Amino acid sequence: MTTKTETRAPLPVEFYRSAIGKKWVMAVTGLGIIGFAIAHMIGNLKMFLPPVDGVPDIDIYGEALRRLFVPILPEHVFLWILRTGLIVLFLLHVHAAYSLTVMNHRARPVGYQGPRSYVAANYASRTMRWSGTIFLTFLAFHLADFTWGLPPVAPETWERGAVYANFVATFSRPPVTVLYVTASLLLGIHLYHGAWSMFQSLGINHPRFNRARKVAAYVTSGVITIGFIAPPLAVALGYLK
Amino acid sequence: MNVTLQVWRQKGPGSPGAFKTYQVDAISAEMSFLEMLDVLNERLVNQGEDPVAFDHDCREGICGSCGVMINGRAHGPQPGTATCQLHMRRFPDGSTIVVEPWRAAGFPLVKDLVVDRSAFDRIIEAGGYISVDTGSAPDANLIPVPKTVADTAFDAAACIGCGACVAACPNGAASLFTAAKIGHLNLLPQGHAERWSRTERMVGVMEHYFGSCTNHGECEKACPKEISIDFIAMMNADFLRAKLANRRLAAQYR
Repeated sequence: MTTKTETRAPLPVEFYRSAIGKKWVMAVTGLGIIGFAIAHMIGNLKMFLPPVDGVPDIDIYGEALRRLFVPILPEHVFLWILRTGLIVLFLLHVHAAYSLTVMNHRARPVGYQGPRSYVAANYASRTMRWSGTIFLTFLAFHLADFTWGLPPVAPETWERGAVYANFVATFSRPPVTVLYVTASLLLGIHLYHGAWSMFQSLGINHPRFNRARKVAAYVTSGVITIGFIAPPLAVALGYLK
Repeated sequence: MNVTLQVWRQKGPGSPGAFKTYQVDAISAEMSFLEMLDVLNERLVNQGEDPVAFDHDCREGICGSCGVMINGRAHGPQPGTATCQLHMRRFPDGSTIVVEPWRAAGFPLVKDLVVDRSAFDRIIEAGGYISVDTGSAPDANLIPVPKTVADTAFDAAACIGCGACVAACPNGAASLFTAAKIGHLNLLPQGHAERWSRTERMVGVMEHYFGSCTNHGECEKACPKEISIDFIAMMNADFLRAKLANRRLAAQYR
C-alpha cells in the first residue's frame, strides 16, 4: 500500500504563504537592501575625495557604475540588472510587510482598552511600519531629485551625470537638507530594529554570539546613518562647494 | 491596604463591555492578586451583584489557568510571575489598578476576565506530543541526553500555556508558546522522529489563529516562566529545515 502525501504548492510558494516564510523573506530582502545601502553610502562619501584631472571623483564613480562590465556587456546593462534586483528586493520586502501587518491586525481585532505598558518593545520596533512607509515615500522624492531630475524637486541646474554639481545644488537648499537628514535618521531607526530582528527571523541564534548580533546590528545602523548624513551636512555647512 | 480597581466587565462574548471601578478596602498586603479578587467577589455577592469572572486553578504558578492584564502588563509588574503568585505588596497603598482580559482573536472572550484559550490545545494537537507504543515504563536514562540539551529542553518545557505571550505581543502572535512546545520536543531524541512534521503542522495551526512575530521581545518579558525568545529563532530555523528536509531521512539533519 502506498500512502499519498497531500498535494502541495511549489516549495517557494508554500513557504512564502506561511508567516514564518514571509519573515524569512523580510530578513533576506532586508539584508540585501542593507547591502545596497552600505554600497550607496560608500559611494556618497566620494563627495569628500579630491577631483581627478578636474573631474569630481563621484562623477567618475557614477560613470563607472553605468559602464560596469562594459567590454563584456553593453553600457547600462549590468546597472539595470542591479536595479532590477533592488526593485524586486523592495517589492518583496514591502509585500511581506503588508501582508504580515494585515495578519497581525486580524489577530487582535479588539485592542486593549486600558493603557499598555511595554517592557521590551522600543520606539524603533513599534514604528517599523511607519518608518518603512514614510521612508518609501521619501525614496520617490529622492529619485525625482537625483535620478530623474524633475523640477521643482530637483534643482534648476540639474544635469544628468554631473553628480557633484547636482549634489551641491540640492543641498544648498536648507529644507531639502533637513528632509534628507530626517530620512536618514528614520532609516537608522528602521535598521536599529530591523538589522537585529533579521538574525531572529533567520534563526541565527547562539548563546556565544547573541550579544555580537546586537552589536553588529547597532553598529551597522549607526554607520549607515552617519555615512548618509555626513555629505549633505558638509554641503549645508559650506565645507563642500 | 486599600486599592481602587478598574475591572473589565462584560456579560458575554457578544455583549458590550466596559471598565467598572471598585473600591477594595482593608485587604492584606500578603494576599495574592487572586485572593484580593476573591475578597472583592465575596463583597459583590453579599451586595447581590454579579461577581467578577476570572480563570484560576492551582494558585501556585504551575497550571497556567490564571492570567490577566494588570496595568497594561500581562500578569502584572513582577517579572517571572503568574497572576496567582503576584502579591498585593507589589502595589503601593491607595493605588489604582487596571485589570483587563487577554485580547486576541485566538482567545475569544467568554466573560469578564475569562477568555477561551482552546486555540493553544489545537496547536498542541497538531504535533505537541511524541507518538510511542505504550508498554511497561522504560529504564531511566536508557536514551542518553546531554545535560546541556536536557536543560534547554526543560527551559522550554516550563511553559504552562497561560497565554501571556500572546497577550503581551503587540501583534497577538503565539510564537513563544509554539516555539517552546516545538523546542521542548525537537531537542530531545524521543522527539526527533516527528521533528519536521511537528514543526510544520504546529506552525500551520499557530498561524491560523494568531499573528506573526516581529521580534519585539515583549513575550519573553511577560512569560511567567521567563522562556527565552531564543526558542523562536530555533523554531524559525526548524521551519525552513522542515520544508527542505528529505523526510525519508527523518530527523537526521541538524
